[in-house]
Amino acid sequence: MFYREAGQFKTSYDADQAVFPILQDRVVIYAFAFIAVFVVPFIINDYWANAILLQFLVYALAAIGLNILTGYCGQVSLGTGGFMAVGAYASYKFVTSFPELNYIVVVLLSGGVTATVGVLFGLPSLRIKGFYLAVATLAAQFFLIWLFNKVGWFFNYSPTGMIVSPPREIFGFQITGPEATPAARYLFCLGFVGVFALAAKNIVRGRIGRNWMAIRDMDIAAELIGIRPLQTKLMAFAVSSFYIGVAGALYFGVWLGSAEPTEAFDINQSFLVLFMIIIGGLGSIVGSFMGAAFMVLVPILLKNIMVDGFDFAVGVAKHVEVTLLGALIIFFLIVEPHGLARLWQILKEKLRRWPFPY
Amino acid sequence: MLFFMETFIGGLMAGVMYSLVALGFVLIYKASGIFNFAQGVFALFAGLALYDFIAEGGWFFGLFGFTLPIWAGIIATMGVMVIVAWLVERVVLRHLVNQEPIILFMSTIGLAYVMEGLGDIMFGSDVKPLDIGLPQGASDFLLDSFNLYVEKLEVVAAGTAAVLVIVLAIFFQKTRIGRALRAVADDHQAALSVGISLNTIWVIVWSVSGFVALVAGIMWGSKSGIQFSLSLIALKALPVLILGGFTSVPGAIIGGLIIGVGEKVAEVYAGPFVGGAIENWFAYMLALAFLLVRPQGLFGEKIIERV
Repeated sequence: MFYREAGQFKTSYDADQAVFPILQDRVVIYAFAFIAVFVVPFIINDYWANAILLQFLVYALAAIGLNILTGYCGQVSLGTGGFMAVGAYASYKFVTSFPELNYIVVVLLSGGVTATVGVLFGLPSLRIKGFYLAVATLAAQFFLIWLFNKVGWFFNYSPTGMIVSPPREIFGFQITGPEATPAARYLFCLGFVGVFALAAKNIVRGRIGRNWMAIRDMDIAAELIGIRPLQTKLMAFAVSSFYIGVAGALYFGVWLGSAEPTEAFDINQSFLVLFMIIIGGLGSIVGSFMGAAFMVLVPILLKNIMVDGFDFAVGVAKHVEVTLLGALIIFFLIVEPHGLARLWQILKEKLRRWPFPY
Repeated sequence: MLFFMETFIGGLMAGVMYSLVALGFVLIYKASGIFNFAQGVFALFAGLALYDFIAEGGWFFGLFGFTLPIWAGIIATMGVMVIVAWLVERVVLRHLVNQEPIILFMSTIGLAYVMEGLGDIMFGSDVKPLDIGLPQGASDFLLDSFNLYVEKLEVVAAGTAAVLVIVLAIFFQKTRIGRALRAVADDHQAALSVGISLNTIWVIVWSVSGFVALVAGIMWGSKSGIQFSLSLIALKALPVLILGGFTSVPGAIIGGLIIGVGEKVAEVYAGPFVGGAIENWFAYMLALAFLLVRPQGLFGEKIIERV
């Protein structure tokens, strides 16, 4: 009743091929964007920024990146944590070596560096497939973390081995360092996520995205109809790593402010992002956001309920949280293996026909 | 030379330990096509359960005031693992039949979370020394006659692994259930059509891999105590798997030996030049290099792709 596109006629190709062709979708998205840009920055405080919003934005970006590789191109990767580390360390090196460089440029450059590394580790994907590839990408994860731990050049020989983000300004607002306001950091991340999500949506529904999907569905058949597997797969690795690298740079620079490789970028990060895209929906940009929201919010929610609501000891609550999270993941996989994005789609179908069941 | 021999043998022994974990992966992958990430946590869980049956600090002692003898403890732990296998089949796998491999893989990671959390809640997360009477210390015979330092425990582990492989081979080749398992591994649908119950087979296979996990848990537990980090040996077993091939039992053993030796030798001879601690990633790089030559691993079934 409320969600019905009857009567919305398209009179141009542009209108027909818009990202959100249905008016109601557009209204919802614009409302979301309006709230995110004009309302949230004024009510945001330190807790919300640090614990929830920045985390959500950074992981959403990483999830989009991994979804491009795994959801659209079908190459399972467990190296996300390692690639995020590349982005973070690249941004650190750029920031400290070229202090005048605009921070936006720094973030983009770190994405570029990560893309190069991603292509390098993507090369085996031409011969190795499926789970063999997934395990092979673990090589990237462990090797990169080891490298950042051992080679002093990457962390400027700081005695603790930590990297700390120095303060930088954009348009007169500080966005990194301890002085930065939550609103400025939030808006900076939001800008990146918004632009990159839009770009991803348009890449995956164009020629490149269709090539990726053909490779995902059956790479030999795709090769036979004239898609070059080498370029296509490496392209997916490059674009995906670029996104993950940007996410890593924001993760370290804007959200955490300081990082240490073994803790911040360990294998659990890779699993976390992989969970996001599986729970959210493989091959769906909206799903990446939903999955990131789910994996960020549910642990916080569980913790708050247990520690504040039922007075669990923090240690016990941690174990219970892990258990419940695992159970929830299994539950969601059983209920809807195609993820939250698919549930959303089903809901929209239902809304269309509401109040009639058929 | 002597030092090299010691490194080499130490590597072989470490490799056997990896193989024990990798074996469990292979069994489940062969029979159900599931990449069971929870195998390491299985070993941890089995070790914790065994500790609780036989040690005075455990639950069982707290409840009944006495501990089980070791043999009874092992049997009771086997029972626990069968129940776990049955639960996994009932609650998780049955609902995920015919899903994509990655979905199944993720569900086993979820399972690993659940079992890890439960294990911590039920048994506590402190390090527990597991002592079931396996010999400790250096082997006197080898030390005296060849001047080689080899841990007795590791020799026992190697012997156990050998026995385990032989038992598994007989089980797979000679028994009725083994034949059914191989049929399921070959073709799920064909197996169903000749009257093999998939659900039963899965429970059996998960129980068998639970048994393998128990053996791995005992060996690792005797070596370094039962602790949380046991669940991480799954990550050590992964390169062994891709090196040997996901579907091959001998592959798991030989892959384990190659990785073990390669890792130790590289750590000792190449490690100092690059700053050490290369054990973490060397195995993966070694496996990756092998894969570039043979994408299906050393002994894996050849991957034939058709349109």
